[in-house]
Amino acid sequence: MRTLGISGIGLFCFFSLLLVSSPAVPIEHEVHKKFLVPPPPFSEGIFPCSQCHQGMPVNRTPRKLEMMHQDIVLNHMPGGWCFDCHNPDNRDTLRLANGKIVTFEESYNLCGQCHGTILREWKAGLHGKRTGMWNGEKQYLLCVHCHWPHDPVFKAITPMPPPVRPSDIK
Amino acid sequence: MEQDESRQRGMHRRDFLRGAALGLAGLALPLDRADASFWEAFFQKHFREMNDEEIKQVISRLEKEYAQKFKKQIEIGADKPIPGVLYGYGLDLSRCIGCRRCVYGCVAENNQSIDPQIHWITVLRFRKGEKWVDLENSEKYYSPEKVPEEEYFYMPVQCQQCENPPCVRACPTQATWKEPDGIVVIDYNWCIGCRYCMAACPYGARRFNWGAPNRPEEKINPKTHYLGNRPRYRGVVEKCTFCIQRTRKDPGRYPACVEACPVGARKFGNLLDPNSEIRYAIEHKRVFRLKEDLNTSPKFYYFFAYGR
Repeated sequence: MRTLGISGIGLFCFFSLLLVSSPAVPIEHEVHKKFLVPPPPFSEGIFPCSQCHQGMPVNRTPRKLEMMHQDIVLNHMPGGWCFDCHNPDNRDTLRLANGKIVTFEESYNLCGQCHGTILREWKAGLHGKRTGMWNGEKQYLLCVHCHWPHDPVFKAITPMPPPVRPSDIK
Repeated sequence: MEQDESRQRGMHRRDFLRGAALGLAGLALPLDRADASFWEAFFQKHFREMNDEEIKQVISRLEKEYAQKFKKQIEIGADKPIPGVLYGYGLDLSRCIGCRRCVYGCVAENNQSIDPQIHWITVLRFRKGEKWVDLENSEKYYSPEKVPEEEYFYMPVQCQQCENPPCVRACPTQATWKEPDGIVVIDYNWCIGCRYCMAACPYGARRFNWGAPNRPEEKINPKTHYLGNRPRYRGVVEKCTFCIQRTRKDPGRYPACVEACPVGARKFGNLLDPNSEIRYAIEHKRVFRLKEDLNTSPKFYYFFAYGR
């Protein structure tokens, strides 16, 4: 009985080892795949952020900004604030929730933390806009090209003129 | 006896009439325009029966004609279909906002007439509600201050590049046909303007040049394709060609409407490539094709990527 138990444990360990060494589903490491994107849509003269923030003391307390950037009203992620996305140690970069630093060119990784299904479709080319070659080099618009990250809902635009009605043809 | 006599006189009545008819036919042709170019145009073969050398000759003749007419060098390509490519188009109706940027992007790329106005894309507006894609009650002249509007959705319609195109069967001169890469094209030099194809098309995708096409010279896109956006004539039919002059290249650019869309609702790619965007859409979204019941098998897929 005892020997059986021990060999049972041994078998279990053996199988669990097998399971660990050959995972049934291969994990795709897409993090390192870079996408060709046009320059992020910075407000004029605002980037690099370090041109002002260099040497400034970092105040990590969530608060209402009164000196600068008052125009930014966060209408995205209630209760959020600057350092949820911006990197306090280097303002020219962004920071993921897990502490990983990403550049503004890779900001889709930041958006994908919450909007994972949309990031997946963006990578497949379904969500978002691509320009360039259909069978060659493409440019991927970043999330922030269409969705201003501080207020991301797509804004209504003016339509182009309707076609001429047959009755209006002179 | 009599017959023998007439033979001796040297000419039958029938021969005389035949000769006279030929002579008259010759007179009816404008002799003052009897330069080489005119005769070449008159005896131009069907596009698919020409060899590469003959196509080249036709193109150089047309380029000369266009240079004279528009005071501008216009380059006419004749790129052949790329093997292993079947073009497909996807349009995400959950994202289209009806802004008509595609319509005017298309006009700029494809040299449509500005006045009289020709648009290859029509954007239809539907009221959100019970009766779904109600074509009879759709509106194409909508003109609100801002789009999208809360109670409507929009559906751009252009040539659906059917696998089984009714327009091709209707054409009496075979001036329109389906290419191996799936694009339905028109030879404007063979079109006689009968508009049977327009009557046959269930999507209203074909346009007719009722008047001479009119477009400012500086707005003419000089990069053209023989079967695509080269300048057209009065009395011929034209339609969307998936921007054949852009897409039939390796690497080839996206169609102009894809690049004009501000919301990225338009998807384009090779239906035979399992990694293409269009295949992803077909495999992951519920796609539909317009008037599927007619068995035209369009290669233009509509879908709703996000249920709302």
